[in-house]
Amino acid sequence: MFQDDTIAAIATGLTDSGIGIIRISGPEAVLIGDHLFRNASGKSCLKDSESHKMRYGFVVDGDGVVLDEVMAVVMRGPKSFTGEDTVEIQCHGGVLVMRKILDASLKYGARLAQPGEFTKRAFLNGKIDLSKAEAVMDVIRSGNEYALVSSVNQLRGNLSKAVKKLRKEILSEIAFIEAALDDPEHISLDGYAERLYKKTEDLLARVKKLLDSADNGRFMKEGISTVILGKPNVGKSSLLNLLLGEERAIVTDIAGTTRDILEEHINLHGISLNIVDTAGIRDTENIVEKIGVDRARQYAERADLIVYVADRSVPLDENDREILSLAKNKNVVVLLNKSDLQNVVTEEEMNEMIKGIFPDRVIPVIRTSVKEETGIEKFEAVVREMFFGGELTHNNEIVITNLRHKEALQSCYDSLILVKESIENRMEEDFYSIDLTNAYQELGKIIGEEVDDDVVEEIFSRFCIGK
Amino acid sequence: MSEIREKADVCVIGAGHAGCEAALACARLGLETVIFTVSVDSIALMPCNPNIGGSSKGHLVREVDALGGEMGKNIDKTFIQSKMLNVSKGPAVHSLRAQADKADYSREMRKVLENQDHLVIKQAEVCELLWEDDSNLKKKKVTGVKTFTGAVYVCKAVILCTGTYLRARCLCGESITYTGPNGLQAANHLTDSLEKMGIELRRFKTGTPARMDGRSIDYSKMEEQLGDERVVPFSFSTDPESVQKDQVSCWLTYTNEKTHEIIRANLDRSPIYAGIIEGTGPRYCPSIEDKVVKFAEKERHQVFIEPEGLHTNEMYVGGMSSSLPEDVQLAMYRTVPGLENCKIVKNAYAIEYDCINARQLYPTLEFKNVSGLFSGGQFNGSSGYEEAAAQGLVAGINAAMSVLGREPFLFDRSESYIGVLIDDLVTKDNREPYRMMTSRAEYRLLLRQDNADLRLRKKGYEIGLITETQYQELLKKEEMIKNEITRLKETYVGANREIQDFLISRGSTPLKTAASLAELICRPELSYESLSEIDAERVILPENVTEQVQIEIKYEGYIARQLRQVEQYKKMEKKLIPVDIDYDKVSSLRLEARQKLKLFQPVSIGQASRISGVSPADISVLLVYLEHYNRSLIREDSSERL
Repeated sequence: MFQDDTIAAIATGLTDSGIGIIRISGPEAVLIGDHLFRNASGKSCLKDSESHKMRYGFVVDGDGVVLDEVMAVVMRGPKSFTGEDTVEIQCHGGVLVMRKILDASLKYGARLAQPGEFTKRAFLNGKIDLSKAEAVMDVIRSGNEYALVSSVNQLRGNLSKAVKKLRKEILSEIAFIEAALDDPEHISLDGYAERLYKKTEDLLARVKKLLDSADNGRFMKEGISTVILGKPNVGKSSLLNLLLGEERAIVTDIAGTTRDILEEHINLHGISLNIVDTAGIRDTENIVEKIGVDRARQYAERADLIVYVADRSVPLDENDREILSLAKNKNVVVLLNKSDLQNVVTEEEMNEMIKGIFPDRVIPVIRTSVKEETGIEKFEAVVREMFFGGELTHNNEIVITNLRHKEALQSCYDSLILVKESIENRMEEDFYSIDLTNAYQELGKIIGEEVDDDVVEEIFSRFCIGK
Repeated sequence: MSEIREKADVCVIGAGHAGCEAALACARLGLETVIFTVSVDSIALMPCNPNIGGSSKGHLVREVDALGGEMGKNIDKTFIQSKMLNVSKGPAVHSLRAQADKADYSREMRKVLENQDHLVIKQAEVCELLWEDDSNLKKKKVTGVKTFTGAVYVCKAVILCTGTYLRARCLCGESITYTGPNGLQAANHLTDSLEKMGIELRRFKTGTPARMDGRSIDYSKMEEQLGDERVVPFSFSTDPESVQKDQVSCWLTYTNEKTHEIIRANLDRSPIYAGIIEGTGPRYCPSIEDKVVKFAEKERHQVFIEPEGLHTNEMYVGGMSSSLPEDVQLAMYRTVPGLENCKIVKNAYAIEYDCINARQLYPTLEFKNVSGLFSGGQFNGSSGYEEAAAQGLVAGINAAMSVLGREPFLFDRSESYIGVLIDDLVTKDNREPYRMMTSRAEYRLLLRQDNADLRLRKKGYEIGLITETQYQELLKKEEMIKNEITRLKETYVGANREIQDFLISRGSTPLKTAASLAELICRPELSYESLSEIDAERVILPENVTEQVQIEIKYEGYIARQLRQVEQYKKMEKKLIPVDIDYDKVSSLRLEARQKLKLFQPVSIGQASRISGVSPADISVLLVYLEHYNRSLIREDSSERL
């Protein structure tokens, strides 16, 4: 609603396409863009970039992980669509990549744009002709109606219940504090801080869980970004072909226009995998030699899941160790392929190597034979367990697919952290209810309930106060 | 028959807490003002509780005072016990409450009115408003008032402060009397006149407990409630030393199961439960019947016995208002420890009265459909002396501004509880008498009772109710606060022996590197006061300055956050909606939003956004429409010039 903050959205629509555009507009746009973008030599440069000049480079997230190779352009106001400082990032059009870039821009302080908000700003800043006012209002109206319907539709069942329950409990705490402030002679707050501290920890854990399931929801909707790694000739492409062939459920097949990336979408009994690969993977076995470890590292950094394929008919060597170590901080499944041939490598040996690289991790090792099509079911089960806690049922899981929900949950979480800090800093009780109220309002955005006089209603219904 | 025909600038109808502030404000701004009351003996009457202030209400009194109102000064003269509530909580919710000597309070206020230049007191019932059609503004314009005896007062503005007197009726069980509070004459004629002008009225109710003969109460069975040792005055103009005096006690006792049994057994004789009362009552001030029914699980309720004054034996029974019949009342009161042999001086009763839905008013408290007509107080659907005084003051100020041809003064949510009160009244759909509560003020960290002068004195000065001397004092205080904060932020202490010993002795962690004094004040176990030992350059400053210094440093982070929110809020408030907007032309608005906007006619986008039923998307649509509207105007302008 405010006009002077910075908003961001995917400007090209949430479907897979050749190219996707993330648009950031507002006073902080250039600054946020500067955080996101690195030029070919790895430097931030947008802040000083000439207006309307295309720059080639990469988008990195907060941890410095490269999200995509992109073109970025700064358009300083008033010479932009909205009339404000704007940054547009052209990336590869995968839904997952676009969402990740958008997510990162929100982390740097942008707010997710309301439907029609860029157009609204363009109009308010005099960039759209007066005669279009009617059309602009319709865009806002219909966009919001659509958003509301889809939001409500996603709210069936558990999430809605969980959010309502959280809200009710938070409101109850606010009402208690406020009632005591309004009627100190009837209601005492002695010992309340300790109680609220425990309560806040409980609330935090529950909001955290919902937030985690927000990622879970993303995986369901958009697929798990997967990279298959391994030495040449271990059966990577056969595995891919097998997975493709088994379901024949290729959703899209987009070859990028600027480089040879190929994404295959595979649905494995409800688990959607986006297998990121090089174009050459089907033609040549010599991937490591061909594109080098650096290239492989780039893909690995972007992935949610790494499938490491080893040929168990030949001994493990330093290359195995090197490639597998790319999987640091990632979900990994190791396939001991060619189990139909002579077993040179035992599972123990493999586990020992893994232990050498990741001493604290348990990484599943599965025996497969792509040729004889064995072990694939086990692979599916392991992935399901890894990403969905084994309980993948489509409709009953608390799943948040909407980024807006995630944004609200995150703000709620942040506010609850502030409550906790206020208690730790021994602030007076009236300070707790300020941040509790923020948390309450954020959750209200998810279920679209008005917050108006809730606190006053709650006070009167629960506390007998007054003269 | 010849009739009296007088002239005035402003007529104020009613001399309760709203009427007094309204009339004083107008007269002090130099306007010839007449204040009407059905009885001059009931000027500034306190017909219910014998105290002023309390949580969030104390803030209102302070704000009224900062703007040049009278309530704070009057209670400082007439209090008999005083207490700062919530002192163990944050500074934002500290709130003053004082027990008043009711007769004294009324008498002192009457004296102030009687000695005010340009102000005339008139005992008469106003029965009719005079008005004409204002063709320029396409609405009505008030031109005067007419009393029951036929006297006409021609004037430029009228302020309605009728409180609970309009078509009032009092209920005590089966017996109904058609009087105002405390047996005073009701005003039965004005309603018709208001309705003819197109003003919609509705009915609210409230109630008051019995008054006891103090000699019949056994205080030994009750807990004594003392006032504060050091009394803080309400008014910024009162010398703190002048309010240090002997105080009286209040007493605490409790209802019990026996009390509740009697009430339950006689509910059918309660006018509310028997359906005789039609008005809507306030939930925060429930009758004892309501408490027993709605909170059936509670074994007891608190009862506060409070003196009505120094020169009377009457005691107010706080917490037990009722409309049960006389015999039930006596039986029920006598179950309470200490009241076993009580004698009732005045019965408890409920009172019903006509009032308005305040959405018919602009935030200036002027009627949207009648220019020159203002209203304040309980008539606007509020409750409480303090709420009334605050509105009376604002209505008075803006009536004066309209007569003087000056710009109106608006009070917004980010600068005062008064702003919150008025915005809530004119923007929300209130279904019961509105009471101020601290939870209603979203920026309450900024709206403290201790800084009401810093927030509002300047405005009072601009209005003309604060003198040059008072204003200069304020500027001096601001300066001292600013300088001291700067000094504390720039004065560093090193991690030397003396400092470390001091910190350890206060249970505070020793320093690793140098720290500013301000940083130390932020530690929960330290304060401005306690740092005097290690603050060699400190000069002695007035207490009201060091208090602000301490608060602003200690709560800086929180205050900064609220200030940022206020910035956003102000932007929306500044986007004004033209009076002649035609919402039917904004086709993209949802039906519900359009209806609500037409009904409330908000003055700004900010106000529109707080109307229930208006969504953020509607606000976006409205913003686009306004831009379109404004740009069209500019285009028309320039084409006219061509």
